[in-house]
Amino acid sequence: MSTPETLTDGTAAAIEAAAPLVRAEGLAKTFDVSPPWLNRVLERKPRQLLHAVDEASFSIQKGQTLALVGESGCGKSTVARLLVGLYQPTRGSFFFRDQDAHAVFAGRGGHHLRRSIQMIFQDPYASLNPRWRVADIIAEPLHEHGMASSKAEAQERVGELLQSVGLAAADRVKYPHQFSGGQRQRISIARALATAPEFLVCDEPTSALDVSVQAQVLNIMKDLQRERGLTYLFISHNLAVVRHVSDAVGVMYLGRIVELAPKHELFRHPRHPYTRMLLDAIPKMHDTGRARTPVQGEVPNPLNPPTGCTFHPRCPHANERCKAERPALMQFQGIQVACHAVEEGRI
Amino acid sequence: MSLLEVRNLVVEFPTRRATLRALDDISFEIAPGEILGVVGESGAGKSLTGASIIGLLEPPGRVAGGEILLEGQRIDNLRHEQMRHIRGRKIGAIFQDPLTSLNPLYSIGRQLVETIQTHLPLNAQQARERAIQLLKDTGIPAAEQRIDHYPHQFSGGMRQRVVIALALAAEPKLIVADEPTTALDVSIQAQIIGLLKRVCREHGAAVMLITHDMGVIAETCDRVAVMYAGRIAEIGPVHEVINHPAHPYTAGLMASIPDMEEERERLNQIDGAMPRLNAIPTGCAFNPRCPQVFDRCRVERPDLMNAGATRAACWLHAAAPAVVAAPGAAA
Repeated sequence: MSTPETLTDGTAAAIEAAAPLVRAEGLAKTFDVSPPWLNRVLERKPRQLLHAVDEASFSIQKGQTLALVGESGCGKSTVARLLVGLYQPTRGSFFFRDQDAHAVFAGRGGHHLRRSIQMIFQDPYASLNPRWRVADIIAEPLHEHGMASSKAEAQERVGELLQSVGLAAADRVKYPHQFSGGQRQRISIARALATAPEFLVCDEPTSALDVSVQAQVLNIMKDLQRERGLTYLFISHNLAVVRHVSDAVGVMYLGRIVELAPKHELFRHPRHPYTRMLLDAIPKMHDTGRARTPVQGEVPNPLNPPTGCTFHPRCPHANERCKAERPALMQFQGIQVACHAVEEGRI
Repeated sequence: MSLLEVRNLVVEFPTRRATLRALDDISFEIAPGEILGVVGESGAGKSLTGASIIGLLEPPGRVAGGEILLEGQRIDNLRHEQMRHIRGRKIGAIFQDPLTSLNPLYSIGRQLVETIQTHLPLNAQQARERAIQLLKDTGIPAAEQRIDHYPHQFSGGMRQRVVIALALAAEPKLIVADEPTTALDVSIQAQIIGLLKRVCREHGAAVMLITHDMGVIAETCDRVAVMYAGRIAEIGPVHEVINHPAHPYTAGLMASIPDMEEERERLNQIDGAMPRLNAIPTGCAFNPRCPQVFDRCRVERPDLMNAGATRAACWLHAAAPAVVAAPGAAA
């Protein structure tokens, strides 16, 4: 059987040192949100396409964390769903260990590849079946992937997984409603870890949690990464959390990555005006009473995005070129940024 | 004289098995024009405190003890009809989700005019002019045209501006804002918080700002009350509470927030979770999670006491002033 493992085994050492574990190239997803056929015919309404993600390219080295940040509707969750194979990309491709993952998902090796790529969802209340016991929830991926030969073996694994996320093995007989939000999110993490994945896609894993509980979950995620060499794609709208967990950060705006940089570089020298705006929008804790200069305007309707650079109506540095020509993501002193003003040295 | 005074407020929920105490002996004051922040984790009772003040406690919840005074007059024992005159006229309310606070079937102008005419002696034309002025105050562009639009035609941030205009319609003395920015994106949050602060100052309204976001509290409020398990753990001037917390819970809470200014390998975490209402520990409710717990905490419940520049419900401050571990020192 041609599985990802057997393919890489021979050349693993050579490739792994250089090639990133995860690489997305020009990933794009378009949704057809046209009115029904009858309305189009009778009312002469045109077809409508929503470009949820456009030209997303990034790579993540093994054991690293890439964070994607942006406001609602910027396409960050769509990227997550593309990477785990819940959506088919409209264009572009996603390489996992240098194989085209969507081709593998479609073929016979797809089932096997899914073991290596798992997801943690935002809402720990909606992502666990309330009628199943924790033992069944965590054991499901084990049975699904044939990774436990007997019930006893599966239950032993469940106990280990629960302990690895800071819960007790005895918690396996309980139902999700008997746990708090933070504990439920740990159960989701244990479920995602059941198949011993290498790559975890985390879609706002702590947004629904209180801060003290968020700290517990973030600490566990960092510990697990260190122990197991996990690779994370971490999606969040909270820049302070992103700063804590990530190695590199991609900032998304209306379906496009507008800046992609190592964490320290991004927070020290944000280049794109939107990144600067997001950083300015964070309340400063120890600087009480300081008035911020809030940014004007809101995110435009993604169905009808502005021409040129989609950020230009809100950008203080926009000129005629920004209104007409869409900037491409360019290499710029070790970071990538899509902005005419940065390219021309105006800011 | 303080504008609002809450004295020993107790809110209970009778259930079949037992009566649950959701708010237990809460006292605080708000001065005219002041912004008081109320912060805490889910289930701490911050929204219930707000709901008791505006008289919108959901049955079977009920005020079981204590009193709430607005301008020296008791409002917790008023009948439903009397409370309706106070709500809107003297106390305005802003809720988390702007879509559910607006009626989708009426234009925003009609909703504003109705509120204005309920409380102020103005004719239809004057009320409409006032509504347009309120929309302009809250930063809605082209207010003359937008007033006839329906809620679904506004974006989330714009809707929250309309809700703020509605809350201010009858010039109330106090605005209770329950998580007004939680449903909004970060860039919009900053706009709305700035707006809330500015218009309340211009209209002379005091604000009780309920939120779980310490950052919003830090830059908006004059004083802050930190709630835990239905009680106030600490209350004081906002920069004192943030920079020199006196209660171990406040210290732990502050340290668990990822900070933009400094970087730590691990966040300071408070182990465990807030107790459920039917299992609140004896003594100090925080004692099972407290790093500085001692015998007295397990048996005797602390009330708010002076602790430096703030007031904290913690036995560490009972006799000699004790030192609270600095955030992050334990990690």
